[in-house]
Amino acid sequence: MNEMTTIARTTTLKDWETDQEVRWCPGCGDYAILKAVQRTMPEIGTAPENTVFISGIGCSSRFPYYMETYGFHTIHGRAPAFATGLKLANPNLDVWIVTGDGDGLSIGGNHTMHLIRRNLDCQIMLFNNEIYGLTKGQYSPTSRVGTTSPSTPYGSVDRPAQPAAFALGAGARFVARGFDVSKELPNVLKAAHAHKGAAFIEIFQNCIVYNKDVFEDFAAPKGAEDRQLWLKQGEPMLYAKGTKGIALDVDALNLKTVDVVDGDWQAAGVIVHDVTNRSVAHMLVEMRFGEFPMALGVLYDDPRPTFEADVVRQNKAAAEGKKADLQGLLKKGQTWTVAEGGPEL
Amino acid sequence: MATAAVDQADQRQSPLSDAVVVRFAGDSGDGMQLTGGQFTLSSALAGNDFATFPDFPAEIRAPQGTLFGVSAFQINFGSSAIDTAGDAPDVLVAMNPAALKTNVPSLKQGGLIIADEGEFNDRNLAKAKYEANPLEDGSLAKWQLLKLNISQLTMDAVKPFGLGNKEALRCKNMWTLGLSLWMFDRDRQPLIDWLNAKFAKDPNLAAANVAALNAGHAYGETAELAGPLKQHHVDPAPVAPGLYRTLTGAEGIALGLVAGAQLAKLPMFFGGYPITPASAILHHLSRLKEYDVTTFQAEDEIAAICSAIGASYAGSLGVTSSSGPGIALKGEAMGLAIMTELPLVIVNSQRGGPSTGLPTKTEQSDLYQAVYGRNGDAPMPVIAARSPGDAFECAIEAVRIAVQYMTPVMLLTDGYIANAAEPWAVPDLTTYDAFPVEFLTAVPEGGFKPYGRDENLKRPWVKPGTPGLLHRIGGIEKELDTGHINYAPDNHQAMTDIRKDKIDGIKVPDQVVELGAEGGKLAVVGWGSTFGPIHQAVRRKRAEGADVSHVHIRHIWPMPANLGELLKSYDKVIVPEMNTGQLKTVLRDQYLVDAKPVNKVSGQPFTIAEIEAAIEGALA
Repeated sequence: MNEMTTIARTTTLKDWETDQEVRWCPGCGDYAILKAVQRTMPEIGTAPENTVFISGIGCSSRFPYYMETYGFHTIHGRAPAFATGLKLANPNLDVWIVTGDGDGLSIGGNHTMHLIRRNLDCQIMLFNNEIYGLTKGQYSPTSRVGTTSPSTPYGSVDRPAQPAAFALGAGARFVARGFDVSKELPNVLKAAHAHKGAAFIEIFQNCIVYNKDVFEDFAAPKGAEDRQLWLKQGEPMLYAKGTKGIALDVDALNLKTVDVVDGDWQAAGVIVHDVTNRSVAHMLVEMRFGEFPMALGVLYDDPRPTFEADVVRQNKAAAEGKKADLQGLLKKGQTWTVAEGGPEL
Repeated sequence: MATAAVDQADQRQSPLSDAVVVRFAGDSGDGMQLTGGQFTLSSALAGNDFATFPDFPAEIRAPQGTLFGVSAFQINFGSSAIDTAGDAPDVLVAMNPAALKTNVPSLKQGGLIIADEGEFNDRNLAKAKYEANPLEDGSLAKWQLLKLNISQLTMDAVKPFGLGNKEALRCKNMWTLGLSLWMFDRDRQPLIDWLNAKFAKDPNLAAANVAALNAGHAYGETAELAGPLKQHHVDPAPVAPGLYRTLTGAEGIALGLVAGAQLAKLPMFFGGYPITPASAILHHLSRLKEYDVTTFQAEDEIAAICSAIGASYAGSLGVTSSSGPGIALKGEAMGLAIMTELPLVIVNSQRGGPSTGLPTKTEQSDLYQAVYGRNGDAPMPVIAARSPGDAFECAIEAVRIAVQYMTPVMLLTDGYIANAAEPWAVPDLTTYDAFPVEFLTAVPEGGFKPYGRDENLKRPWVKPGTPGLLHRIGGIEKELDTGHINYAPDNHQAMTDIRKDKIDGIKVPDQVVELGAEGGKLAVVGWGSTFGPIHQAVRRKRAEGADVSHVHIRHIWPMPANLGELLKSYDKVIVPEMNTGQLKTVLRDQYLVDAKPVNKVSGQPFTIAEIEAAIEGALA
């Protein structure tokens, strides 16, 4: 987000919908994410004409066609690079990158890493469905070991990338998680938008055709409270209706789950979530689901100066006091004049 | 023939004429490029016309004394028009055995070798794979040999300054430069001023270098009476009056891009990634912030072009630059720029290929890549610069076409142009026509069509941030006018045709004949940096009465409308290229002319003699 684009502007969900027919498979998790974004935009109060959605290639990357904003559906994996040029050329635009696990972590992993480390001010929504949907179901860099797919008929053998850990490792100053049908998703998006800098959001997304219900173990409504840890700034890391919490295992220098008796989370040593604590963030993104609940919400949020602001500042400083006299520049350096009848110094 | 003169009996007395070719060759660490550069400046100040050819290894610090670590700088200067860096040197300065071995074969018969005999020790001879010392065994008999212990002479000269051995020897190049200045009757003062400015922080080192320079100069004066060393004065060349400077191709491109952006009234965004020999353009532009230039060193070649396209989408002039391997990586993104019809300039400083090839050597082998090298029917304008000064003009032309037709444009240069320097008459910018861009800012009459078109088939350029004109673009086939996704057969046919017609319809100036006449027995058709040798060869052959003309193509794609007729007006057409016949193929394809290839892919520019031989062969 930035100052220019947060000028209050009243819009409704309808203002953010295009007239284009949405072409995802019926039941695809992308529909829910699209609605969540369209619902969030009016609450953010930004103007559609100052908003640009940029995507790569994949199911998720069709997203810009459905947003009544400026939109650029680019090439596979490269959306971060287009966004960088766009934002450097016009820092006032509100830039959203839409990518997937294959687009953003496989073919475009390099760009994702550099976008994050540079800290370009934008929102990166990585739709993680652990599969290549648009190319009909091959395993992806986030697929779990043993995933059978057309290209891995005997199961995948390589270990998956962890998007949130990747982002934090690349130097991210904002890391969040949500999932497609979660009611909390708009709040996560709003927090991402409020963060000045590269805001990385991993959104678990259900590919109902090629990887159906792969996140049901934590995303299913039934028993969700036991399997989801929604992180809130300044609040203790509690789940299972407050009967369990996350505490620090000092000996192992790691996190552990603890039982909370009679609501006395302090006695159980449950940690209070501080979004600016980078050490804890590293533990949260590495927290294995199963042994632990799935950490969701804003895991880390600690802004620092953005790339485009620093570039603009340096360009200004370098140009300070200099005149853009191109004719003068052409004459710069070692020159000599040839007069009628011969050269002279 | 260029070699004819040396067959004359009296050539030992005075091998030099009104144009002289000098080659400085030494170890990578000997400072030969610096020596050459400063000698070039002195030639400019003496009013000579000149052309240079820096030839250096790909290794940054190659092992000392090795054959592959030799760095050379050749300059051709004279009192008449100079088109090339010269075929065969008249003078070779060899700072060690390896430099002698790799460079002496091209020295003109009877030419002068100045060798630093202090470096011809057993160790260096072995490294250069000499079994016997060539300075002693008579193997250099067909040339004039001047053996000097430059190392020792330099050490003696700088002794009063108390430098360490290594530091003292580093002044060798200034001693050599001093001798060269004497040989060609040059003023030392500008060089002394330059040394004092360069070493302003270390006056002792400056004084040592000046002493070495003066010692070399003094040596020439005293040695003149004895050996083969003669002083030779080259008169100023008759050139048009005006203000001149030296210009390399990389400078020409950088300045031309800035000029183009100003004429278009656009800020410039340059996305680049380090690659030889293209990096110099990024270096130049990154210092020009006050000209509304933003430079971005991206994480790779792909990100470099994609960021430039992103900036163009935002309303800047997006520019990216690379060399062959990097251009290959950018291919997919070029297709997107073609599909989304956004302006973009892509500069390719060609080098020897394929793959990594010869990073520091020159070649013209990316023409197919430029014209054809993308998936799908992806037409794109291609322009080729012939010289550093022409690179300035071509960069402006590339910007003009990019914004006037909303298309990516490929600008071809090569390693030779990028590094070589030539005198350049500083142009008057007020004589250039501006072509200011008009963005679409409001819904036009008849409604907003993102892929609607003007008479040039150009679609409107809309900056994100503009109210009322919200739209989406992308790489999927566009619907006519609306730009929505559309896979319909008729629509794809129509859009493919439009993209082709738009590029085919670009207005480019008619092809002129550089030298000679329209029609006749033979046309020598070139493009890019072969201009110099072709021009000089055709000039010489015409002086001998041959019916031959020089045609040099700047607009590789689309080609000038009159080119087909022009080529058909000659009985024969030959096409010298530093590749295996790429322009030749395009000409044959476009015009069904029997263009014959003349090819050289050694990493070295054509010599004039090679083109002359080809002309003789074609006219025989």
